[in-house]
Amino acid sequence: MVTTVTSLGRSGLSDWMIQRISAWVMTAYLVFIVGYFIGNPNLNYAQWAELNSSLPMRMFSLITILSIAAHAWIGMWCVLTDYITVRLIGPKATAIRIFFQLGMIAITLLYVIWAIDILWGI
Amino acid sequence: MLNVSIYRYNPEVDSEPYMQDFKVDTQGKDVMVLDVLEKLKTEDPTLTFRRSCREGVCGSDGVNISGKNGLACITPLSEAVKGNKLVIRPLPGLPVIRDLVIDMSQFYAQYEKIQPYMINNNPAPAIERLQSPEERAKLDGLYECILCACCSTACPSFWWNPDKFIGPSGLLQAYRFLADSRDTATEERLANLDDPFSVFRCHGIMNCVQVCPKGLNPTKAIGHIRSMLIRSAT
Repeated sequence: MVTTVTSLGRSGLSDWMIQRISAWVMTAYLVFIVGYFIGNPNLNYAQWAELNSSLPMRMFSLITILSIAAHAWIGMWCVLTDYITVRLIGPKATAIRIFFQLGMIAITLLYVIWAIDILWGI
Repeated sequence: MLNVSIYRYNPEVDSEPYMQDFKVDTQGKDVMVLDVLEKLKTEDPTLTFRRSCREGVCGSDGVNISGKNGLACITPLSEAVKGNKLVIRPLPGLPVIRDLVIDMSQFYAQYEKIQPYMINNNPAPAIERLQSPEERAKLDGLYECILCACCSTACPSFWWNPDKFIGPSGLLQAYRFLADSRDTATEERLANLDDPFSVFRCHGIMNCVQVCPKGLNPTKAIGHIRSMLIRSAT
């Protein structure tokens, strides 16, 4: 058993499940948005603002943003632990990996907070 | 004449590995890759490779044959030769000891981690622990693994993290014991696998299935382990 401290769910199964569920949420959002654009060819700003200021749509958007954040966290964490390793790039790898992991986590969290600010600022 | 290119490296003499070209007269016969290696060894006794049973049972002669991992003894030239050229390299991802011989310590360390033996703390019965034919059938496609390492050394996840990811071969064996009705350590075995590396570094690219010389399906076994983890953790 390998212990991890910077992965999202700390457990392989939890990360795996979050990855699958978040993928479904993002797919549903994408289908809805594309469908909405196709169904409203003459979309204007007023309609768009009305859609995005309704509470259900805000919820849907927020859940999607959280899904993107979780999905990106798990995916980026996998990439960083695959390629930035002592085996591949030498003894400095651990410090470089922690730097990138913390940077990735910080950027992800900033995006989430920024998105919430945008969604509730409409 | 068949053109054969072989990876050579003797750390005591060579500063770095190189490819050596040979010409082999196979007399038009569709012999096995191991036969070609044996013939070349009579010409150049320093050529080093592992072999033993020469019939796909011992798992000693796993090599990379024209880009695909396989057992030299059961891979005919008709499958391996591309454009009258045969390229033989050691299995990728593990340290080379000499020529086609690799250091498999990391591979065996992962195998050891999954506790590849029956664990049963119940008192032993008078004769033997019985299984129904259905229970025994669950082990088909699992017990046949010969630990040749063709699958694990074809897996990028194992290349990047051979010390953390169990690898397809070890996971196939892990499921062989998880699926065994006589084994009572299912919960402990699952608990040891639930981290982001041991099982979940498998992204299902199925290189293992493509190369397994015994026709086994480690990806499917890994899927079963995942299902067992989901069942026990939700």
